[in-house]
Amino acid sequence: MEKSIEQIKTDALSEIEKAADIEQVRTISVRYIGRKGLVTQYLRDIPKLPADQRPEAGKKANQAKKAIEAAVEDAIGQLSRRKGPADAVDVSLPGRPVPDGTIHPVTRITREICAVFERMGFDIAEGPEVETDYYNFEALNIPKNHPARDMQDTFYVSDNIVLRTHTSPIQVRYMEACRPPVRIVAPGKVYRCDSDLTHTPMFHQVEGLLVDEQSSFADLKGLLTLFARQMFDTDTALRFRPSFFPFTEPSAEVDIRCVICKGDGCKVCSRTGWLEVLGCGMVHPAVFENVGYDTEQYKGFAFGMGVERIAMLKYGISDLRMFFESDIRFLRQF
Amino acid sequence: MKISLDWLTQYVDIDTEPARLADMLTMSGFEVEAVSDPWTHLAGVVCAKVLEVRAHPDADRLKCCKVDTGNAVVSIVCGAPNVTSGMNAAYAAPGTVLPAGEIITAGTIRGQRSEGMLCSASELGIGTDASIILALEDTTRPGTPLAEALGLSDTVFEIGLTPNRPDCLSFIGIAREVAALTERTLRPPDTEPVQNAPDVRERTSVEIRNPEMCPRYSARLLSGVTVGRSPKWLERRLLSVGLKPINNIVDITNYVMMETGQPLHAFDFGRLADNRIVVRTRASEAEKTFVTLDGKERAIEDDMLLICDGKAPVAVAGVMGGENSEITQSTTNVLIESAHFDPVSIRKTAKRLGLSTDASHRFERGVDPAGTVYAMDRAAALMAEIAMGAIHSGIIDEYPRPKAIEPIRLSTEKTNRHLGTSLDSSEIGRLLQAIGFKVSAVISDTHGEFDIMDVLAPSFRMDVIRPEDLMEEVARLSGYDNIATTYPAIPARTRPPLRSHTLKEQLRDRMAGIGFNEAIHYSFTGKNAGILEFPEGDPRHAELPVLNPLSETQSVMRTTLIGSLLDACQKNLSRQEKDLKLFELGKAFYSRGTEALPEEQGLLAAVWTGARRPASWHEKRSPCDFYDIKGVLESLFSDLRIGDVTWRATPVDRCAFTRPGQSATIHAADVELGVVGEIKESIRKQYDIGQNVFAFEIVTDRLFGLVPEDFNFSPVPRFPATSRDMTLIIDETLPAGDIVQKIGEMNVDIIENILVFDVYSGKPIKAGKKSVSIRITYRSHDKTLEEEPVSALHQEITEKLITEFGADLPV
Repeated sequence: MEKSIEQIKTDALSEIEKAADIEQVRTISVRYIGRKGLVTQYLRDIPKLPADQRPEAGKKANQAKKAIEAAVEDAIGQLSRRKGPADAVDVSLPGRPVPDGTIHPVTRITREICAVFERMGFDIAEGPEVETDYYNFEALNIPKNHPARDMQDTFYVSDNIVLRTHTSPIQVRYMEACRPPVRIVAPGKVYRCDSDLTHTPMFHQVEGLLVDEQSSFADLKGLLTLFARQMFDTDTALRFRPSFFPFTEPSAEVDIRCVICKGDGCKVCSRTGWLEVLGCGMVHPAVFENVGYDTEQYKGFAFGMGVERIAMLKYGISDLRMFFESDIRFLRQF
Repeated sequence: MKISLDWLTQYVDIDTEPARLADMLTMSGFEVEAVSDPWTHLAGVVCAKVLEVRAHPDADRLKCCKVDTGNAVVSIVCGAPNVTSGMNAAYAAPGTVLPAGEIITAGTIRGQRSEGMLCSASELGIGTDASIILALEDTTRPGTPLAEALGLSDTVFEIGLTPNRPDCLSFIGIAREVAALTERTLRPPDTEPVQNAPDVRERTSVEIRNPEMCPRYSARLLSGVTVGRSPKWLERRLLSVGLKPINNIVDITNYVMMETGQPLHAFDFGRLADNRIVVRTRASEAEKTFVTLDGKERAIEDDMLLICDGKAPVAVAGVMGGENSEITQSTTNVLIESAHFDPVSIRKTAKRLGLSTDASHRFERGVDPAGTVYAMDRAAALMAEIAMGAIHSGIIDEYPRPKAIEPIRLSTEKTNRHLGTSLDSSEIGRLLQAIGFKVSAVISDTHGEFDIMDVLAPSFRMDVIRPEDLMEEVARLSGYDNIATTYPAIPARTRPPLRSHTLKEQLRDRMAGIGFNEAIHYSFTGKNAGILEFPEGDPRHAELPVLNPLSETQSVMRTTLIGSLLDACQKNLSRQEKDLKLFELGKAFYSRGTEALPEEQGLLAAVWTGARRPASWHEKRSPCDFYDIKGVLESLFSDLRIGDVTWRATPVDRCAFTRPGQSATIHAADVELGVVGEIKESIRKQYDIGQNVFAFEIVTDRLFGLVPEDFNFSPVPRFPATSRDMTLIIDETLPAGDIVQKIGEMNVDIIENILVFDVYSGKPIKAGKKSVSIRITYRSHDKTLEEEPVSALHQEITEKLITEFGADLPV
C-alpha cells in the first residue's frame, strides 16, 4: 500500500472541490469509490495486512469512503443548483431560421445612385427598352451614317428599331412630355452588341438630366462632385476630362481617384490612379431644338454612368459576367 | 491612333517630358491610352562581331560562324549569303522573342552547335529586307544594344481619338494641339515640288460625274520613277506607328497620309486606259464585281462611288485601290490621287463591303477639303527625291463643290454663362487662334472691350459649326480643371414620385423579405415559345427577333421570365445548390411587327425549389409545395392592399409551363394577373431539372393598376367576438374556396372572418368525398353578441350550404 488512506482521502476531497461540472465529479467518484476505485481497492487489501493493523485500517478506510461519498453528493447538489431550471435552453443552438432573401447588387447600386439624386431634388423617369432609331440616335444628334454610331455597337430589330444602347432616349421622351425645369434620373437596362471579359450584351445605366435657365458647366462639375462624394468617399477627388458625346457640348468624362490604390496606380486603374465612372456634358442645342426647347432661354446638362462598373468598384467584384449568371453563392452575398 | 514622339518633333519642338505631355493631351481631349517604346522587342538584341566564317560540313548553304557578342564568343550556324568574317551584325541571344513571335533557342543544326541567331532587318521588325542579315557600322562595339547602335529610341502614344476630331488623325493635327498646349510654333513641312516634266494637263484629265459624292479631286503626275524599297528612315517611321512598308511609292502615300491626314492613292499611270480618270458610279453589269488590291473580289452596288479610267473601274473611291492599277516593280509613271469624298457615301460603301481602311476611316469622319493640294505636293516632292521621278508641271484640281465656311458669332458673356467661367474676350480669342481659328472683334462694350466676335473655323475643323462648338474649344483649351466648381440652385420638388417605380421597389423588398434572392437575366433568350409549351393563340408566341444576335440563345426578346429562372435553377442545381428561391423583375416584349415598337410589359416571376425552410435542427427537411408559393403571392397582394383575389384552377388546355391540377390562374377585379403552380415535368426535363419546381409569374403593370392610392383605418372592435365551427362533407372536386365565397355572398354583416381550418379525405369519409371544416368568427360593432341568435344564424348558414352544395354533415 503505497499511499496512506489519509492521503487518498485528502486527494479525493481536493479533486471534488475543484470539479467544474457534475460529469467531472462522477468521474472522480468512480476513480476513488467505484468498484475498482482506490478506496475500494484499499478495503479489499486490508485482509493482507498484519492482523493487529486491520481494525484500525478498516475503520479509517470506511471513514474515508463515507467522507468521499458525502463530498460527491454535496458537489453534485451544488453543481446542479448552479445549472438553473430543468427547462433551461441550450443557447448555443441556432434559432429557428427566418428566411433571408437578397437584393441584386445592380439593384442596390441603382437605388444608391438614384437616392443621392433624389435627395437633391431629382425625379425618377423610365422609358422603353426597345426604341426607335429616332429616340436612340437622331434626336440625340447622332444622324444615320455618322461615325459616332460606331461608339455603340447596336442590336437591331429592323432598320428603324433598336434595343436602346443607352438610357439617353429617356431624356428626349421626358423633355417632349414636360416643360422645364427638368430634373430627372433614369435607371434602366441597355444593350450593346459586344461580349467579352469586360462587356456583357446587356447592362445597366443611370442617366441624369437637369434643364433650367441658368445652369452651367461649373454647376455640372459641382453636382457630380457632390454625387461622387456621397457615393464613394467624402474626400473623393474628381477629374473632368474633355471628351465627345454627340448630344452634349462641352462633353466630359469624369474620373475618380482610384478607390483601390488611392491614386498610387494599380491593376484596377491600369496604373493611372484614376477610374472612369461617368460621362457628362452640357445638353447640345440640337437636342433642345429636337424637343422644342428654346435654346436661348434654357440651359441644361446631362450625365450617365454604368451601374455594373460602380458595383464592381464598390464591392470588389472582378468578373462582370457574375452579375447575370445567378450563381446563388454570388447572389446570397448581397 | 499611334503617335511617335520622335516623328512628331519634325513639326513642333517638344521639350516637355513624355509623361507630362501625355497628361496634357489627355486633359485637352486626346486621351493617351498607352505610352510605349516601339522598339522594346529589340531588348535582347546586341551588336556582335563575326570573327570567323567556315563552310558547314553537311550543308551547302549554311555557314558556321564564331561570333563575339561582347561578353562571350559563341558558335552560330547562319544561312545568310552576306555573312562575312569581320562584319558587325545584330545578334539575338537564346530566349529573345522576335516580333513575329519566334523564340530564339540554342540548338544543333545538322550536327553543328548554334547558340542564337544573326538577324535580318525584317526579322527584327525594323525594315523589310529578309534576304540578308543586317550589317552594322564597322565601328560598333560588340555588346552594344542594337536599339542604341541604330539610334532607335522613341516613345509612342496610343491616342483614343473621338469621332469628332478627324483632323487629328494626323501628325500635323496632333502637333497643332501640342503647339497650342505648350505654346510652341507649328512647323508644317514645306512643299515646293520641282516640276521638270511637261504640263500634266497635256497628259491626263479628271472628270467628276457625281460631284455630290466627290466635291474635289486633285491629281499630279510623275514620270520615270524607280519603284523599290524605301529608305531606312521611312520604313522605320511607318513601322513605329504599326504600318507595314511595301514599296517607296506606296510608303510615301501612307507617310503623307499619316503626316497630313489626307488619304492618297498612287495609280500606275501606264495601266490607266485612255490615260484619264473618271469619277462615277457603276455603269454596266460587268462592273458588278471588282478586285481590290488585297486580291479580294468585291460586290459593287449602284450607289458606290468608283474611280475609273477611260474604260473600267480602277479603285473603290476612298476605300481601296484596284489590283488592276496598283504600283508594281515595273511601274514608271505614277498618278497621285488626292481627293475629297462625301463622308456618308464612303461610310456606306465601307460598311457594305465590310472593308475599313485607313483611308475610309478618315474620309467617313471628314477630311479637310482644302488640304488636297498640299498633301499631293508633299508626296510628289518625296517621290521625286526618293524614287527619282520627274514631276509634271501643273496640277489637276477639279473642285466642283467648294465649301464656304461661314463665320460663327460668339459672345463672351454667353460663353461664360454656359461654362460658368469669367474669361475675357481677348483670352478667348487667343485660345482659339492658337489652334488655327480666325477671330475678329465685332462689337465693343463701353470699356472698349469687345464682347461679340466673329470666328472663322479652319477648313479642317468641320466639326465646329455652332457657338457651343467654340465654347467647347475654349473650355478644353483653358482646361476643365480651371473651371470653377459651383452648385446648381435647385428649387423644391414639383412632381409626384413615379408610382410604377416606387411599387417595383416595394415588391423587390417584399420578395427579399420573405426569403427570395433577386436575379437579373438577359432580356434576350433562345426561342422559348415551344419549350415552355404556350398554348395556341397565347400572346407569348409573339417573340421579337433581334436581327444581329451574338448567339442563337440570345436571338429573341423574352415574353416570359420563367425560362431564364429555370436556367438559373438548373445551373445552381448542377452545383449541388438544391434549395432555391429566386425572383426577377423585368420586362416581356411582345412583337407588333418589325416596324412598330413592341408592347413592353412589366413582369414579376419567382421560382421555389427544394426545401420549404432552411435546414436546421428544429425540424425535418420538408419540400416546398403549391401552398408555399401561393402564400408568397398572398403576402404580396396583402402588402399592396389588393383584395378580392380569386384563384381558379387553370384549365388543362390553358396550362403553359404549369402542371394541370397544380396550377392556378390569378384574377383580381376581373383582371388576369398571372399564374402560379408547379412546373410541368416535360418542361423540367427540357431544362434538365430533376426536382419539383414551383413558380409564379404576374403582370406587374396590371397589378399596380389595382393598388389603391390610399386606404382608411378600420376602428378597433370594442365588443368581443364569438366563433362557431362547421364541418361539411362535399364532393372532393369542389373547391373549398367556393364555400367560403358563398358564405361571403350571404352578406351577413356580423361575419368578421371565415377560416378553413381542416380539409380531410380518406377513411371514414366515403371515396370521392372530403370533409371541410370552417370556422366563422362573428362580431358586432355595437353590442356583445348573444349565444342564441349567433347559433341560430350559424345553423341557418350551414343549412344553406348543405342545400347549395349537396353537402352532408359528418356522421
